[in-house]
Amino acid sequence: MKTDDLVAALSTRIEPVNRRLVNWTMGIALLAAAVVALGLMLAGLGIRADLMTARALTFLVLKLAFAVGVVGVSSIYLMRLTRPGGERRTSSIRIMMPFAAIVLLAAVSLGLAPSSHWDEMVMGDQWLECLLSIPIIAIAPFAIIVAAMRKAAPTSLERTGAFAGLIAGGVSAMGYALHCTDDSLPFIAIWYGGTMLLCTLAGAALGPRLLRW
Amino acid sequence: MTTDEIELKALMLASLNGDAASHRALLNRLSSRLRAYYKGKLVRLGRGASDAEDLVQEAVLAIHIKRHTYNPDELLTPWVHAIAHYKLVDFLRRTRASFTDVPIDEADEIMAHDDHSDAESTYDVRRLMEKLPKNMHCAIEAVKLEGLSTAEAAQRCGLSESGVKVNVHRGLKALAVLIAREAKP
Repeated sequence: MKTDDLVAALSTRIEPVNRRLVNWTMGIALLAAAVVALGLMLAGLGIRADLMTARALTFLVLKLAFAVGVVGVSSIYLMRLTRPGGERRTSSIRIMMPFAAIVLLAAVSLGLAPSSHWDEMVMGDQWLECLLSIPIIAIAPFAIIVAAMRKAAPTSLERTGAFAGLIAGGVSAMGYALHCTDDSLPFIAIWYGGTMLLCTLAGAALGPRLLRW
Repeated sequence: MTTDEIELKALMLASLNGDAASHRALLNRLSSRLRAYYKGKLVRLGRGASDAEDLVQEAVLAIHIKRHTYNPDELLTPWVHAIAHYKLVDFLRRTRASFTDVPIDEADEIMAHDDHSDAESTYDVRRLMEKLPKNMHCAIEAVKLEGLSTAEAAQRCGLSESGVKVNVHRGLKALAVLIAREAKP
């Protein structure tokens, strides 16, 4: 085929392009991802019974602040990655900030507690449930974000996959926070932070296969 | 800012508004730059320049299909370059070459040279189109190759007008995938 013929064919009968399509699609996908994660958590796990006590609310706010921080910052990066060359304007370093903050808080709270409490603070009662729930709930939001991303044109597939995974893990953690009864900063840092990183790695590994265009 | 950037961006903006002549001029001018870019890269990587035309067409098709991802607030050159580079890396990976030695190049390189040679790729679009589902095949042939209006194409293919649009859009995407698979090692 001659390139001239291809150009001629592509230029025949073209339509105006909706320039907002990418932002709209991603915005809706992110919202849907959060709603689906919340719905799955409600259906599968339910909200913790003591939610309205002061201690539970305090830790819910902490958990949500961490997860929302992660989701917020990584959503900004993901929006940039929707367009070709977006990765060149993205130094992803700021995504470490919520993680650094929670690790710092966790270290301080461990430092203030007697070492005999450390085991309980780190492992909590339900570390295994947390380790399994967040990544499993994250699968559906991840699929939604990837489907939306396929309508865009990311040129760094590993990084895009990583951020899609991180956001999926983040919205999943937001949902799980309503269920989780382990109220300690080290627990949040290790099990929430760790599972989100796990989702990030899975996303990075899947990105090149799922997002290629 | 170069005159190229200014002129091509103006064409791109007109093309996004649905101006077919601008779209055609844009793709023509970009394809000669892409040709020079890919020939240069492939020769430097020790591969024949004969693959260049395949890549030019993949990139042109990608630019067409993904043109909605161009942000008019940004320069056009880096956007085109990112697509061209992405397609080069993808091509090298597909053809099992080592892509660790793909040089990181500057966006300006994409506009550096023109190559107007009247080249043919190894792709046989008519044959590849046979592999598309019937509706996509019919819609692309009617609208893109014969230049029928959407209404005429709808009548011929037995689809609604929006059905024709959807099938052209999906068909081009599917064609891009087929072309990518076609690349020989």
